[in-house]
Amino acid sequence: MKIAVCLKRVPDTTTKIVVAGDGKSIDETGVKFVPNPYDEYAIEAAIAFKEKAGAGETVVYSLGADVAQETMRTALAMGIDRGVLLQSPGSPDGFEVAKALATEIGTGGFDLVLFGKMAVDDYNHQVGIMVAELLELPCISAVSALTIDGSAVTAEREVEGGVEVVTCQLPVVITADKGINTPRLPSLKGIMAAKKKPLELKPVTLGPGGVTVTALALPPERQAGKIVGEGPDAVPALVQLLRNEAKVI
Amino acid sequence: MTATLDPETLAELLQTIRRFVTERLIPAEQQVDREDRIPEDILRDLQAMGLYGITIPTGYGGLGLNAEESVQVFFELCRAAPAFRSVIGINNGLGSSSILSDGNDDQRNRYIRRLASGDLVAAFCLTEPDSGSDAGALTTTARRDGDHYILNGTKRYITNAPQAGIFIVMARTDPAQAGAAGVSAFIVERETPGLSVARPDRKMGQKGAHLADVIFEDCRIPASALIGREGQGFKVAMRALDRGRIHIAAMCVGISERLIDEGLTYALDRPQFGKPIAEYQLVQAMLADSKAEAYAARCMVLDAARRLDRGERVSVEASCSKMFASEMCCRVADRVVQIHGGAGYISECAAERLYRDVRVFRLYEGTTQIQQLIIAKAMITARRA
Repeated sequence: MKIAVCLKRVPDTTTKIVVAGDGKSIDETGVKFVPNPYDEYAIEAAIAFKEKAGAGETVVYSLGADVAQETMRTALAMGIDRGVLLQSPGSPDGFEVAKALATEIGTGGFDLVLFGKMAVDDYNHQVGIMVAELLELPCISAVSALTIDGSAVTAEREVEGGVEVVTCQLPVVITADKGINTPRLPSLKGIMAAKKKPLELKPVTLGPGGVTVTALALPPERQAGKIVGEGPDAVPALVQLLRNEAKVI
Repeated sequence: MTATLDPETLAELLQTIRRFVTERLIPAEQQVDREDRIPEDILRDLQAMGLYGITIPTGYGGLGLNAEESVQVFFELCRAAPAFRSVIGINNGLGSSSILSDGNDDQRNRYIRRLASGDLVAAFCLTEPDSGSDAGALTTTARRDGDHYILNGTKRYITNAPQAGIFIVMARTDPAQAGAAGVSAFIVERETPGLSVARPDRKMGQKGAHLADVIFEDCRIPASALIGREGQGFKVAMRALDRGRIHIAAMCVGISERLIDEGLTYALDRPQFGKPIAEYQLVQAMLADSKAEAYAARCMVLDAARRLDRGERVSVEASCSKMFASEMCCRVADRVVQIHGGAGYISECAAERLYRDVRVFRLYEGTTQIQQLIIAKAMITARRA
């Protein structure tokens, strides 16, 4: 089975984010970058399906600046066979990224194309689904369980109050939700071997895209809480505040 | 030995271990302490990560890290309770190094690959009921009988004995020779008739890591189990000890840094008299002293490791590092319990658990007092030479 998996380099979710001077990007100074956590589920799925099939190839794709190679090495250390970095500076919009990825992946003859359901930096939920559309492949998004038997794909999606079961045939684009698996940590030998795995660099030129980020702002500081009293006597005052001040009831 | 890894790969390696420690080992600490057992899935993870073969050459399936790289691995790994390091410790240390340095090809091929993968666990048997610091006085005998040796004696406090598949055993082959000269080293496989392992000893800390007496009663082993030549056993043991002491010191640094983190977190969270206790100068003094001492030990360990990699004799530096780092670690643990106040005496508190875990560092692989003797004797000998 030939499997492609796409990976984005994102700030660690525990990093304290600072908005840069231009007011519309983040200041990357001192920020630790990690593989997008949802993409780690996709990477684990790719490795596990190849292991189960006993043959095939897994390829990791990323689009970004040259530093993204570090993040891609993590995927190679976990067990992905080789990588292709589409070199592009800046932070282009999702459709431009999808077009570049689709052009590259479309010629690869893949049975399965895996994404994380979203990137935790911009929360767009777009690229995987757009790539499927551009490649005219079926897409199952936010998959929390996945089985492949021959070319029959069965996927589960968590929907409001229940689970939806979806089937289709390979080839397919899947975007992974948490629950689909537990991503392995790279073994120490895997990390040492990753350095020797092929990682191809391909410059790409992206269009300006249709979406422009005009401003980034941090959420407002949390206000201190208010204690209105204790026990049943405090209830009327609390109800009054929830109704008139917080306006939640 | 020159660096085996480029800086990026080493950084990635250390970061992965930190993540493993934070996500898998630290959350399991309380359970391990309560049940006195490391869960099977964690043992499997330690194997899958390749941690049994950190120092074993790549030709035998290990990672082949040099001393400077391996102490950095231990700085990270030993942020978790030391019991986890204990299960992989002998394979990386005395268990493999004695066979690698003094064993023959047959012995290396038979055991080292399995030690590197963790499929086989080694134990190192030197201490006896009546010989601890005075290791040269050991009384376990190995009597030659044709193509075999016959072992008799008892070994005490043997780490990993309950799990071990092979035992590196120091025994006296020449009863006429008192002291170290008559001692030889052997590899004894667990299934050998005449070898038995007693019930694990109950101990103060490091729950989950087990030690026990190992008893040899007319235990007949092939002559090919001898490591090196007769009478060389002590040399085998002592050579391995320099490296071992640097590793213990590295462990002390890792666990001290963890303890300091625990102390700082608590001091920032705990308000008294209207502000976090971290803002009181007497608490700050405890934090600062701990930080400076842990930093000093980290520098000592790295220097000793670099010297070892350059091929220098490092007995004095290894003893200095082991002595300072283990004493420092116990001082830090005591201060961190103090910072926690009453909470530091309660068993759910990591400081309480680690306080018990670290006490042994001043005792094993040479007590502080034995390190003092080694250092001072070397100073005097060098001046008189």
